[in-house]
Amino acid sequence: MAGDVVVRIEGLHKSFGHLEVVKGVDMAVRRGEVVVIFGRSGSGKSTVLRCVNFIEDPTAGTIEVAGIRLGGGHRTRRKREQIRQLRLKVGMVFQQFNLFPNMTVLDNITTAPRCAGVSSADCTKRAMDLLDRVGLADKAKEHPIRLSGGQQQRVAIARALAMEPDVMLFDEPTSALDPELTGEVLSVMKTLSTEMHMTMMVVTHEMGFAREVADRMAFFHEGRILEEGTPQQLIESPARPETRAFLDAVL
Amino acid sequence: MGEAWERLQLASARVPFRLKVALVWVGIFGALAFVGNAAQFDTQWIRENLRYIVGGVRYTMTIAVGGILVAIVMALLGALARTSRNPVAYGVSGFYVSFFRGTPLIVQLFLLYLALPPVGRNLQAEYAWLPEGFDELLLMDIATAGVVGLGLNYGAYMTEIFRSGIQSVAGGQGEAADALGMTYAQKMRKVVLPQAFRVVIPPTGNEFIAMMKDTALVSFLGVTVASAEVFRRAQLVGKADFKNLEAYIAAALVYWGLTIVFTFLQARLEKRIGRGYDRAHVAAAMLAANEQGRPRGGGGLT
Repeated sequence: MAGDVVVRIEGLHKSFGHLEVVKGVDMAVRRGEVVVIFGRSGSGKSTVLRCVNFIEDPTAGTIEVAGIRLGGGHRTRRKREQIRQLRLKVGMVFQQFNLFPNMTVLDNITTAPRCAGVSSADCTKRAMDLLDRVGLADKAKEHPIRLSGGQQQRVAIARALAMEPDVMLFDEPTSALDPELTGEVLSVMKTLSTEMHMTMMVVTHEMGFAREVADRMAFFHEGRILEEGTPQQLIESPARPETRAFLDAVL
Repeated sequence: MGEAWERLQLASARVPFRLKVALVWVGIFGALAFVGNAAQFDTQWIRENLRYIVGGVRYTMTIAVGGILVAIVMALLGALARTSRNPVAYGVSGFYVSFFRGTPLIVQLFLLYLALPPVGRNLQAEYAWLPEGFDELLLMDIATAGVVGLGLNYGAYMTEIFRSGIQSVAGGQGEAADALGMTYAQKMRKVVLPQAFRVVIPPTGNEFIAMMKDTALVSFLGVTVASAEVFRRAQLVGKADFKNLEAYIAAALVYWGLTIVFTFLQARLEKRIGRGYDRAHVAAAMLAANEQGRPRGGGGLT
């Protein structure tokens, strides 16, 4: 598992107005590693994830992804292009899927690579491979509205993978799903790790998934990482009372 | 009395609501016909002149269609500027919306048609470096001034509609496009605008219908007999024959008929674009936009 560092977060702070949500987070994720981030809502876990690809602008600190190191601040033309280059290396899966309802499933997946200059034929081939991988090749011509939540989220995963990212961010990918649909999404995420050795940062409360797939877990509390370790350590024998209280509530 | 009234109410309840409404309409038309007859309404005159007045529809529609096209372009530019963080774009569009919403349409039309030409002439005289024919740029005929004036005025109102349309899809959809490394232009062209257009088509239809009626204002700019639109024609023949009642009733009926036709077409269009498409997530945002003040007399059917 020990590879080069793909994501390095240093001294990250994020405030919304006067409210400081992230109060100094440092984190390094190595190639092929799966890190599960968990904690109460409002603990800053999603905000950290959204800062990694600059959907939120860091108030202080730096983000480094695959050799591109950036901080927050005013977005000049040059800065915007740097952020875009960074984003091309980061795939993101949202809680609400955010598929494009005006496009077919296939177009959802091929649009961004085509915008990035990949040839149309290559895009389609790659998209069909990915749809096959998430088990939805027969839905290529459908519109997202016709798919179940679980299917939509699997398409969203394929869409992010089509950019061939160095790291995938999952922001509560199963929270908006009916309980019986979470399994299909989690099992796709698991195969990303086991078969593609994808580097992943996952914000989730699915402790079963964490136990099975995560290499490392980080417990967020009031804008900081309170405790970090293997799933074994954190789930079986958490050191901090806050972690224990949280696990008691979700397990 | 009490019992008879009770029986009447029960009997009335058996008549379908729609039938009763239809009877009310028939009653209104009957009353109007009675009053018209008593006022010696000249149907013969209407029959003789209706053809001429209806002939103005093609100019009314030309101005309205031209105007709505200008308005759509202005609204799109205005909305992109209003949602951008560029201070120049934001400031210019803010000035545009504020001025054209804050002054009467009729004043804007006169400004364009009568007040701008001297500006062009004087500038031409003052500055030798201005290209030959600069003064003629600001010299418009009545129809052009009407199209430009209506377009600019409605464009200002529609900027807010388009802005809320863009913002209603820009949230999660914009984040997804950003996360995929699309540029601003790619995000707008492929993701945001196609969805925003769907949302703004119904209110744009309302604006078109309202504008069609406001084309009557263009006739105040002057008389060009050859290309007079509906209202102008009614005015001309009505004045000549002292048949003002008949002339303006005829004009009103023409506008009313056009409105009914386009309302029907719009409803069908709305049904088509709504098919198999979930617009629930944007409905709220659009509702908020429509509630923003519309202090204009010629308002749509909303």
